[in-house]
Amino acid sequence: MSAVPHVGPPLDDVDRRQADLPPVQVIGTVTLGLLVAGGIVMAAQMNRSTSLTVPAIFVGLAVLGFLSNLVLLSRIQSFAWATFRMVLKWAVLAYGVVAGILEFVFIYDKTPGKLLAMFSIMLLVFALNVPLILAYAVARYQDVPK
Amino acid sequence: MHPIGVLVAETLVPPGQAPAGPNGGPPPLPEFEIIPLKGLPIVAAVLVGLVVAIASNSLWALTFYHVAGGGIWTSLDLFLGLVLGPILGRLSIPSRVEFTVRFMPKMLLIMPTVVSMTLGAGFQLARHVGNLDAAYPHHAWLVTSYVIVGVMAVIALGLLEPANLAVLFELKKPHPNGARIGRLMKVFIVTAGITGVMQVATIIIMTFLASR
Repeated sequence: MSAVPHVGPPLDDVDRRQADLPPVQVIGTVTLGLLVAGGIVMAAQMNRSTSLTVPAIFVGLAVLGFLSNLVLLSRIQSFAWATFRMVLKWAVLAYGVVAGILEFVFIYDKTPGKLLAMFSIMLLVFALNVPLILAYAVARYQDVPK
Repeated sequence: MHPIGVLVAETLVPPGQAPAGPNGGPPPLPEFEIIPLKGLPIVAAVLVGLVVAIASNSLWALTFYHVAGGGIWTSLDLFLGLVLGPILGRLSIPSRVEFTVRFMPKMLLIMPTVVSMTLGAGFQLARHVGNLDAAYPHHAWLVTSYVIVGVMAVIALGLLEPANLAVLFELKKPHPNGARIGRLMKVFIVTAGITGVMQVATIIIMTFLASR
């Protein structure tokens, strides 16, 4: 069986490496979608006594997605880790501030305990997941030191 | 942010097809910072103001942050997509490159700041005036706006922003790969178009709610 011929500009080392990389960005985006969906369900039921089962399922799946990404990342052999860490560090700082402001709003508004705990977990995963997506998206296109 | 995709995709062509620079090679890219550090104190001041507005529960401050942030956010998206984009497409290639490396880093600071202003103040404002309550007569419209903003957030943070950042890092390389930038910018263009359309839907819902 012959390989499908490449059409377009010649591929470099970085392009050739892409096929071997795990779908971290896809899983990260799905994780983000689950967090947002959980947040919408909770916000839509504000001030109404309701079960947290559905948001908890969304959050549970989001945590699973995030942890899966960590495992997938740990298995990558050849990667621009220095760039990854550099972007991750600054993005965690930036999105940590955004998540911190939202956490402040929930605490300030005296959000009930269980709701607050759920929002806090969501914000924590959000503040780690988005930087992970950004850092991966940048590092995957960087040259790997020999 | 819409025109930048067109801008860079058309600007950075594969090696060999690029217009010659002073020594026959590709034209040199201007020096730029991926995150403009001089802008950080302004961002910090805006965010401190947001926290003060929330903590004080001042109706005026919350309305100001929500309306000003939302206005800037929406205007930027629509203005860049409909007005600036077509103009940039007609500029010379060096002009487009120079504009890109000076403009995109600033957008990395401006957009998250105005989005935080709009959403943070908006949530608190809705809570303050009782719109968040499930008993609010137009609650369904509000939930619809959550869904729209939620989808926009996933697209922006999961696809658009990573592509934006990856392009800037590619432009920082000694020899940027034009084909790769073109591919990344296709993602950028499509996602920016989708969020632009969704912005219009948000305006319709928000003005409807404000007029009730």
